[in-house]
Amino acid sequence: MNPDPMHVETDVLIIGSGAAGMYAAIEAARAGRSVFLVDRSLIGRGGATVMAQMTVAVALGSETPDHWSHHYDDTLAAGRELCDRRLAQLLCEEAPICILEMEQWGIGWARKNGHIAQAFAPGHDRPRCVYVDFLNTGPAVSKTLRAVVTRDKRIRKAGDLLTVDLAKVDDEVAGAVALHLPTGTPVTIAAKATIIATGGLTRLYQRNSASANMGGDGYALALRAGAPLIDMEFVQFFPIGHLAPRLIGMDPIMWDPFRYKLGGRLLNSEGEEFTARYGVSEDGRYVVTRDLATYAIIKEVEAGRGSPHGGAFLSFRHCSGAELRAAFGPVIDRLARNNIDLTKMPVEVAPIAHYHMGGVVADERMQTELPGLLVAGEAVGGAITEALVFGRRAGQSAAARATRMTAQPFRPEAARTSLDLLASGTDRTDINTAAMVASLQRTMANDVGPFRAAARLKRALVSIEEMVRALGERPVADGGAFDLRRLEWFDLRNMLLVARTVAMAALARTESRGAHQREDFPGMLPQWRVNQVARLGGGEIALARAPAAVEALAK
Amino acid sequence: MNNTAKLAIWRGEGASGGQWERYEVPFEPGQSVLDGLRWIRANRDPSLAIRFSCINANACKECMIELDGKTVYACTARLEPREMKLHPLSNKRRVRDLVTEIAPPAERFLK
Repeated sequence: MNPDPMHVETDVLIIGSGAAGMYAAIEAARAGRSVFLVDRSLIGRGGATVMAQMTVAVALGSETPDHWSHHYDDTLAAGRELCDRRLAQLLCEEAPICILEMEQWGIGWARKNGHIAQAFAPGHDRPRCVYVDFLNTGPAVSKTLRAVVTRDKRIRKAGDLLTVDLAKVDDEVAGAVALHLPTGTPVTIAAKATIIATGGLTRLYQRNSASANMGGDGYALALRAGAPLIDMEFVQFFPIGHLAPRLIGMDPIMWDPFRYKLGGRLLNSEGEEFTARYGVSEDGRYVVTRDLATYAIIKEVEAGRGSPHGGAFLSFRHCSGAELRAAFGPVIDRLARNNIDLTKMPVEVAPIAHYHMGGVVADERMQTELPGLLVAGEAVGGAITEALVFGRRAGQSAAARATRMTAQPFRPEAARTSLDLLASGTDRTDINTAAMVASLQRTMANDVGPFRAAARLKRALVSIEEMVRALGERPVADGGAFDLRRLEWFDLRNMLLVARTVAMAALARTESRGAHQREDFPGMLPQWRVNQVARLGGGEIALARAPAAVEALAK
Repeated sequence: MNNTAKLAIWRGEGASGGQWERYEVPFEPGQSVLDGLRWIRANRDPSLAIRFSCINANACKECMIELDGKTVYACTARLEPREMKLHPLSNKRRVRDLVTEIAPPAERFLK
């Protein structure tokens, strides 16, 4: 029932083919290295990048004068004193390089009067966000990078390949063990450098804007290999995710670009704009930051002023049909097919798990604590800008290491435990893996959401432990092709480990800061101006506090 | 408001062999065929194979199947209170149930 393992050798292994993974692949190949780019789904299709409908923040200065230092200042302000300043500086300084390179590759950033248009977004001091019309930023990023990747013969690509574990020799990462889903073939991969570019963890939540692939794979791979994670309690909830009426064929984050372009009014059931009650008056503009808007909507719902489905109303009734069409063209027709006419009705919106701000600990070269292991994109924390900049940097660093190393560090023993695990699967019928995923998502949404309290977090940890026991030590496997139960067993192995880490970090941080809000500990405390670092040892997660990296890079 | 869709789903592995299996799926108006397939996996039979990533956004384009002989995205086709026949794409190599090999050869591990 288990086909013999296959073996692949490469200079650079990249796990995940969203923007970060593809940019890393291009960069490593450009440095002359062989690259193996793998994805559990299809290349360039399944991650978060392709779903990003909105904008990319970059100090391009094409709309109004700008400098990376202004973007940096805004980033630190939003970071609530926890930003790694080295990474923030790298991000802001190198983002224009990536955005302009994407333009050369033909992405077609939206233009205004001949220059690349930049829109205003909350949290930024000036118009800074580039985009591709209409609601097409992520698909365009993905398509552009995929075309470059396709042209480059030094990059071998393989979709439907699930990375099960990293392979370690002594303290170095020497590749990985994977499962080819269509055939059930185990695959060992020897690599001089491995980049985790698997995206975030929002699949842990019932309502999320992620794809089914974003179950925190990379965090679990890193933890099990011995690399630490940081800031895992900071899950960003996007405040105005679509809630009702039922809308299909659209990313639930779609209202964000609507608000960028048209303002829009966020209303409670009494028809008032309520964010002023929580400190920021909007008056039809889009200025409130995500954590504050999330807080405000949840508090309004608690106060009995929510919308029928438990969120807030978002109204564009002040806009004419012509204005709406000029701004969003064919999207207006897609809304009409869902029986939504924005000139006549508001929609209901509510907070939705959107992206992760924590991730694998890395330095400014994207190097983790483990030699041979690098990380990029949301696996370090962040969105499209981070994917491009950190992907590019990870590709450069991986290529540099692969160039230095003459021999593959991989040894067959490094893969043995993982191969044995893959081979030990049986056709278990005692659990329904799909139902378990849904159950975990409910637990996380109810008890580890944007608003947290000790009792609920502890309850979540109990549920998670029960699910770990139910999952057991032996994978589900029916010996067939494209065995989704087997895939979900390995997904749950990762998701439960990451969920436990998030809940533990949230329980330990006894204050409220940014995206982490504790009902039982309101307010930000100076003694919590530290990052929490999580490590896995002997099956247990250990948390330690580390002072935030406040040193900027040397100029 | 609850309706019931009668889904007839072609199930089987590889190019040859297979049979229609029938499932009654409760739904609320507006829900997608993919919602129904995910409901079957969580509530009736988790071994049903379907390829999807983005669930709702129609961004990943992975969930292409045939509905009553026409190619659709399962995430944008809507459930209806009638018999609906779901079949894997007939112009692609069948892998299992509704899953077919849709990646370009250069992006496959085994060609």
